Amino acid sequence: MDAFLIILVGSLIAISCSILGCFLILRKMAMVGDAISHAVLPGIVIAFLISGSRDSVFMILGASVIGIFTTFLIEFFHKKAKLQTDAAIGVTFTSLFALGIILLSVFAGQIDLDQDCVLYGEIAYVPIDLWITKSGINMGPQALYISGFMLILNIIFVRIGFKQLYLTTFDPAFAATIGISVTLWHYLLMGAVSMTTVASFESVGAILVVALLVAPPATAYLLTDNFKKMLLISCVIGVVISITGYYLAVYLDGSIAGAVVTMAGILFGLAFFFSPHEGIVFKKIVQKRAAAKLVQQAAIKT
Amino acid sequence: METFFEFFSFSDASIISVTVGAILLTASSAVVGTFTFLKKKALVGDAVAHSVLPGICMAFIISGNKNPLVLIIGAFITGWLSLVIIDGITKKSKIKEDSAIALILSVFFGIGILMLTYIQHNGNAAQTGLDSFLFGKAAALVGNDVITFGVVAVILMLTVTLFFKELKLISFDSNFAKALGIPVKGIDLLLTTLTVLAVVTGIQAVGVILMAAMLITPAAAARFWTDDVKRMTILAAFLGAIAGLIGAYVSYAAPAMPTGPWIVLIISVIALISFFFAPKKGVVSRLYEQRKMQHSMMDENLLKSLYHLGETDNDLFKGRSLNEILSKRYFPKKKLKETLTRLKRQGFLNSDNASWSFTEIGKQKGQRVVKLHRLWELYLSKYMHIASDHVHDDAETIEHIISPEVEAELERLLEYPEQDPHDEKIPY
Repeated sequence: MDAFLIILVGSLIAISCSILGCFLILRKMAMVGDAISHAVLPGIVIAFLISGSRDSVFMILGASVIGIFTTFLIEFFHKKAKLQTDAAIGVTFTSLFALGIILLSVFAGQIDLDQDCVLYGEIAYVPIDLWITKSGINMGPQALYISGFMLILNIIFVRIGFKQLYLTTFDPAFAATIGISVTLWHYLLMGAVSMTTVASFESVGAILVVALLVAPPATAYLLTDNFKKMLLISCVIGVVISITGYYLAVYLDGSIAGAVVTMAGILFGLAFFFSPHEGIVFKKIVQKRAAAKLVQQAAIKT
Repeated sequence: METFFEFFSFSDASIISVTVGAILLTASSAVVGTFTFLKKKALVGDAVAHSVLPGICMAFIISGNKNPLVLIIGAFITGWLSLVIIDGITKKSKIKEDSAIALILSVFFGIGILMLTYIQHNGNAAQTGLDSFLFGKAAALVGNDVITFGVVAVILMLTVTLFFKELKLISFDSNFAKALGIPVKGIDLLLTTLTVLAVVTGIQAVGVILMAAMLITPAAAARFWTDDVKRMTILAAFLGAIAGLIGAYVSYAAPAMPTGPWIVLIISVIALISFFFAPKKGVVSRLYEQRKMQHSMMDENLLKSLYHLGETDNDLFKGRSLNEILSKRYFPKKKLKETLTRLKRQGFLNSDNASWSFTEIGKQKGQRVVKLHRLWELYLSKYMHIASDHVHDDAETIEHIISPEVEAELERLLEYPEQDPHDEKIPY
């Protein structure tokens, strides 16, 4: 039962991340996702200090504000201070993350969060951390509700805004001409990424969530050219890595989140070499055949 | 406060070694970071930094101890590997560089975390302290470690000094470098190696997660103070060293505090100050310059309008009301009043009962703008063969930025003409 719960929560988070990640990597904003996932840390710590708990809606909303603020800060450094984009991203997220870690150390006594949790989460504790109502009824693991709620929110967001997100991703100029605000959808997406990051924070930590945002979509991207298929495939990959990662972690007695990410890396590697269209191996075979054909034709001509 | 004096009197030998170590580590990574920054590959450092974790763990699993040399070799291998893989993914598939960086960085880190937790759960007593690589601990630097890392840091700085010209060239224009016969691939390889080395040594002070900041932030801050690469490199090293020094102090005074985040926070504050207040490039001075330019254009446009009014009436010094000025050219009312008072304060205008007139120097300034405008129109139609009804808009902008030298050159070229293409008199 515990294994099932952990895998279920892992899958819910992985699917949420995969959906948003598909947009991120096609918008060439993977590193912005990385930056946001680091930068929400001070927000989490502050929200924790104010509200005293780590799973309030308050915290998730607060984090989305911080995430949008991060995006804004990166753009500010880039546009107003004329700092190149990569450096703007690097400076912003490292400084905010450092601030978060320092706050965490300063208020160590008052916060039930430690640095390990920030790095790779504690998904193994999911079955223990129960939601018990005031009347004493056991409602099951809290993380299940949070990650389920986040997934539903993400699905609604992408379902309603699919056309707008799709157009602003692939052809922002056209989207602007037919009256879709590119900036608005940019910030909405960033808000969604921040909220998902925070909701996943407890289970997988601030850094490994990046892998869930990037690895399944990147793998799916190698397997198909169709965007809707890419969304579906990356969700399936999210579930597969959650299951296999869990058993890998049990086998090695290591961090579950770390193992899930390792599996994500392995799947990407497989797709990179053996994808039917994009894989290195396939490309080599096609090249060889073409070369052989050319040689044959040349032989016939002479 | 006591610890402050205790630390900065450097009475304890261990304080000296920690301080020297931290300064060397941060300064040398800042030096290497300058070039990755200029190559616009700043985030590659982030990828390397995260990717050294599995290497460190792997080296520990194989060797069973924490010999810094062994750990450095392990870190070096995976750090290098990560760069090769990022490069391979970007070149051999349709995945873009940023996705490849984010992917490799997080996957390598995940593998590292899996290994680290595996080591921790398997009860090897020698592993304690391995996790100080995550956030750094300058105070943990003792005796031999300082010598090892110090040597690496010195090698880094010496190599950069030796190959300074080549590194500078490939950072800005690798095609030009190639044309000059510089082995671009070799120098690229050198820079990659230096980056990996800098990361591998720097993580002692800052830790793998925030190491990227030590490569990027000092360079980014230094960039705002100078345009000279040599000065920028030295300044970046200096700023990095300040952060390293304070980090060593924090590590000494508050052992419970993670050193890395403090070093990063200090260098970030330095960078923020640079972004905002650096002369010329900072946000504040940029805004100030912009405002100054706007004011000067506004002044000149207003004086020009007054001059035009004077030309029509053949009386340049006659007082004009606000409405008269507005009939000549539209200005926002508030801006117009501001500008009039400013010009009066500077002695270009006199005012009397809401009527504004030129002083002598005001007339001269207005006249010069009108002259420049008409000279430029004539130049465009005479030398560029642009139709005379197309030259006004261009002259309207350029009149504000023509320098006295260009003015003299125009007068010489056009031989002090009497009239512009619209048959208006050019005043001298």
